[in-house]
Amino acid sequence: MLSHPIARIVGQRLLLGLLTLFVVSIIIFLAVELLPGDIAQEILGQSATPETVAAFRRQLGLDLPPYIRYFQWLGGILQGDFGQSLANKRQIAELIGARLGNTLFLAGLAAIISVPLSLALGILAALYRNSWFDRGINILTLSSISFPEFFVAYILIVWLSVNLGWFPSLSNVSTDLALGDRIYRSILPALTLTLVVTAHMMRMTRAAIINLLASPYIEMARLKGLKPMRIIVKHALPNALSPIINVVALNLAYLIVGVVIVEVVFVYPGLGQLMVDSVSKRDIPVVQACSLIFAATYILLNLLADVFSTISNPRLLHPR
Amino acid sequence: MTDVLKLLRSAPPSAMFGLFVVLAYITVAILAPVIAPFGETEVVGYEYLPWEAPYFLGTDNLGRDMLSRLIYGARNTVGIALLTTCLAFLLGGLLGLIAATLGGWIDQLLSRVVDALMAIPQLIFALLILTVVGTSVTSLVLVIAVLDSTRVFRLARAVAMNIVVMDFVEAAKLRGEGLWWIIKSEILPNAMPPLVAEFGLRFCFVFLFISALSFLGLGLQPPTADWGSMVRDNATLITFGDITPLLPAGAIALLTVGVNFVVDWFLHKASGLRDEQ
Amino acid sequence: MSSRSESDLPLLLTMRGLRIEGRADEQWQEIVHGIDLDLKRGEVLGLIGESGAGKSTIGLAAMGFARDGCRISGGEILFDGIDLMKATEGQKRALRGARIAYVAQSAAAAFNPAHRLIEQFAEAPVQHGLRGRRESEAEAVDLYRRLQLPEPASIGFRYPHQVSGGQLQRAMTAMAMACKPDLIVFDEPTTALDVTTQIEVLASIRSAVEQFGTAALYITHDLAVVAQMTDRIMVLRHGHLVEEDQTRTMLAAPKEDYTKALWAVRSFRKPDTPPPDGVPVVSMNGVTAGYTSTDVLRNISIDIHKQRTVAVVGESGSGKSTAARVIAGLLPPRAGEVRFAGEVLPADYRQRSVEQLRKLQMIYQMPDTALNPRQRVRDVIGRPLKLYFNMDRAARENRIAELLEMIELEPKAFIDRLPGELSGGQKQRICIARALAAEPELVICDEVTSALDQLVAEGILKLLQRLQDELGLAYMFITHDIGTVRAISDEVVVMYQGEVVESGPRTEMFTPPHHAYTELLLSSVPEMDPDWLTNLLTDRRKAAPSG
Repeated sequence: MLSHPIARIVGQRLLLGLLTLFVVSIIIFLAVELLPGDIAQEILGQSATPETVAAFRRQLGLDLPPYIRYFQWLGGILQGDFGQSLANKRQIAELIGARLGNTLFLAGLAAIISVPLSLALGILAALYRNSWFDRGINILTLSSISFPEFFVAYILIVWLSVNLGWFPSLSNVSTDLALGDRIYRSILPALTLTLVVTAHMMRMTRAAIINLLASPYIEMARLKGLKPMRIIVKHALPNALSPIINVVALNLAYLIVGVVIVEVVFVYPGLGQLMVDSVSKRDIPVVQACSLIFAATYILLNLLADVFSTISNPRLLHPR
Repeated sequence: MTDVLKLLRSAPPSAMFGLFVVLAYITVAILAPVIAPFGETEVVGYEYLPWEAPYFLGTDNLGRDMLSRLIYGARNTVGIALLTTCLAFLLGGLLGLIAATLGGWIDQLLSRVVDALMAIPQLIFALLILTVVGTSVTSLVLVIAVLDSTRVFRLARAVAMNIVVMDFVEAAKLRGEGLWWIIKSEILPNAMPPLVAEFGLRFCFVFLFISALSFLGLGLQPPTADWGSMVRDNATLITFGDITPLLPAGAIALLTVGVNFVVDWFLHKASGLRDEQ
Repeated sequence: MSSRSESDLPLLLTMRGLRIEGRADEQWQEIVHGIDLDLKRGEVLGLIGESGAGKSTIGLAAMGFARDGCRISGGEILFDGIDLMKATEGQKRALRGARIAYVAQSAAAAFNPAHRLIEQFAEAPVQHGLRGRRESEAEAVDLYRRLQLPEPASIGFRYPHQVSGGQLQRAMTAMAMACKPDLIVFDEPTTALDVTTQIEVLASIRSAVEQFGTAALYITHDLAVVAQMTDRIMVLRHGHLVEEDQTRTMLAAPKEDYTKALWAVRSFRKPDTPPPDGVPVVSMNGVTAGYTSTDVLRNISIDIHKQRTVAVVGESGSGKSTAARVIAGLLPPRAGEVRFAGEVLPADYRQRSVEQLRKLQMIYQMPDTALNPRQRVRDVIGRPLKLYFNMDRAARENRIAELLEMIELEPKAFIDRLPGELSGGQKQRICIARALAAEPELVICDEVTSALDQLVAEGILKLLQRLQDELGLAYMFITHDIGTVRAISDEVVVMYQGEVVESGPRTEMFTPPHHAYTELLLSSVPEMDPDWLTNLLTDRRKAAPSG
């Protein structure tokens, strides 16, 4: 099976993904290392004597050469040890644990709503292109892409929470809540994310399909007397899969990042909020840990998209 | 001039609206000190005053005039986003064109560096670097410009790649033309339409990005009037059903909607022209 | 097919005063101006004409179909008594694929890459509710066999990219026959194929149409092809009917001037000249080259002398364009060398001097991509003058005017134009002027007439010949078209799969005995004689040891 081109390409992509992850971990480590500013001095403040700073540096292990510290850092992470927070001396893994779960829950909820919705809307818009439905949806999605997340979030709060009182404006979820209650409390942030990503995914789905409608094989399908819905679903969609998969992955990756702002608005106890708090406190180890987790998720999603869109290509799936 | 007028008259309502919005923002930004009734950082009364003359949109959390700060915000937020986008285009666009034209190891090297930088989500990368270097206008502009130039590089390279394979570029190479001449005379004029459209889109992105950072308290720092921070500073009002904090957010949204409408029209025009050939 | 007696057959398709509009510059312009057409059951009607004649548009209108950006604006289309102008979308859908089928120019593009051939074959019959899937697939195998596709039982289970171009085109003809339609529209079905492949496809189409008695509209720009395939011909130009008659009658005695001009095309012949002597302008010696590890060229040697035209002829994949790229310095060879007037040229164009670059100019196949759409004629022709001869503005202006006159374009009218404001032939002339501006010694012409209409192409060939006589240029003429070779060459190099199979003076090449491949190539070029295909197939069947 390894001789099959798909297996080879997927294997290459996986290796490349691992390599990218490795390079990214170096970048994240070096970003802190190379940029100006001394962590020890930062923490202790300007009044600290050089001796205390030096002692503190030793305590943090900062006197070791960078590459040793890098491998110590990476080795720790691979065993689930992200080090200690500078701000409150707690284990970072402990800080992250539950919050990562919350963030994934929120992003997942938004994905479950937005992916099917945007694919369906995209296909419909392509089918009824240039109709009033298509034009209306074009203006609507173009506007919603243009809105900052916090604007969407606050509009939803004013409308659904303050005026109608349907949902809570603060999402104080925790793992011990029942699923229904947890969804109920997360509905506003999830809706915000959905609105933001659906517009983009739907537009790209529409564009990917319409791009293909000028191809000779679509004209051939029309000249065979097939129904418009069949032409879109059977002839255009299978060939538009690769761009659509990429767009879905891109937007899922965006969900993970867009979550940062939404979490802050709704005071949702997720990873994004932890990261923003740590940035203000300049708690560098926590920021590094969060960056690495976000980047890893992002790379993983792009890798999956790559693999799936490769598999969707009949030329590669069925070689000569 | 008559051509421009004719073109404008043929624009759909959404593009007209977009153009109007963009022009209005530019006017407000330039004339800010003339239009604004109060100073940018001037404390004029109590905090959170309601919408009554002379404070037509009330006052903010420190008792500054909301309307005046909104007007100055146009200058600061839009100005910085524009500067950043220009820098990103200069850096990413130029490198992208060079990479595509030269090909070979230079292209490989630049592309791999960009791949690595793009493997980290932009907001996360920006947060990481701003943690280390601290938040100042200079570092903000530089960090976002560099991060954004990676996206510009990708597009400029892709667009230029499509042009480089054309026979007229090969003819220029065989004629003995230099790199700079080929980029300037053969590639750039043909790459302009997609790059101009991308400039509009990138501007929107940078503008939203800076606003988001400001909203998180990591962008433009007080007391500078900036729309993102203004939302953050006055967010408490939302829970009381007061929509004042939505005004700066709406100001951001309106401009991006406007620019997007114009770009959408432009892209439609540009692709329409291509179809005819 | 001329053997049938058509007079008593019932009418299948009639068009009266058909008008079609196309959208350009945001307004509708008429592109087909009132065409009348009658087609009887079982008859094959050829629609011929150059680009812009409206032949494809009329062919699609027979299905009640107009491409995006076009609309049928007037007239009457009756298919077997059904008024297609008044029919609903649903009624037209019921006809398409079932009673009227379509065969597209490029089968590689017209088959959906995501589905197997046989699934696409069965789609129309199953969706129209005419056959079950099983039944339809069995018919597919039968048709594949009749159209002489290899492995008819299994070829349908392949994907389009797994099948060669000529086979795909036959599979598409089979697909068109899936519902046993009354009418098939063939839209340039062999234009994208090599001549040797074209023969098989033409033969398959003809036998299939004859076996089922299907009526057909056969659209092509190739007169020799239309002569083989049709009972009757309509000559179209700019959306008007020029002339209409039985195929044999029209071939023998065309009435209109335009038809006569089309028939006479390629009658142009360069006079024979004595063999050259002295040092060749350019010589390739033992060149082996390739893009990846495999060699596209193997041990090629070609000499080109002053005032001589060497035609390098071959089908796609023969390596003829690669040879041109080696001479131009775009592809440094793995072995061998290129000499210019006896001196070895650096293999990479970047290492060549400006003088070396100047003396060797190139003209491309597609004038559309060879001219920068943003540069005016003045800039295009002026640039080499500035670069090579450092002429000032006034001197350039004079020289550009001279060059424009040499290529037979009025200087004042053309100097300020952009490529978008020129026709295809005019663009190619500008490319020629750009090459001439450098005052070259060798001009490489890479398929320079294959993207042009026949009359325009002939004009370009005559221009190139006149310029050679006046300026003593040497030409390397890369082409797949035997007609072009016959017209313009002094010497011919036949290439096949990266090797030179035969070379020599033109007269020698066109007189037997030939190398086996040259024989195949020459015999595959369709001729105007309507019995040519029948005779050729009989000859080949006799020559082959077993069926």
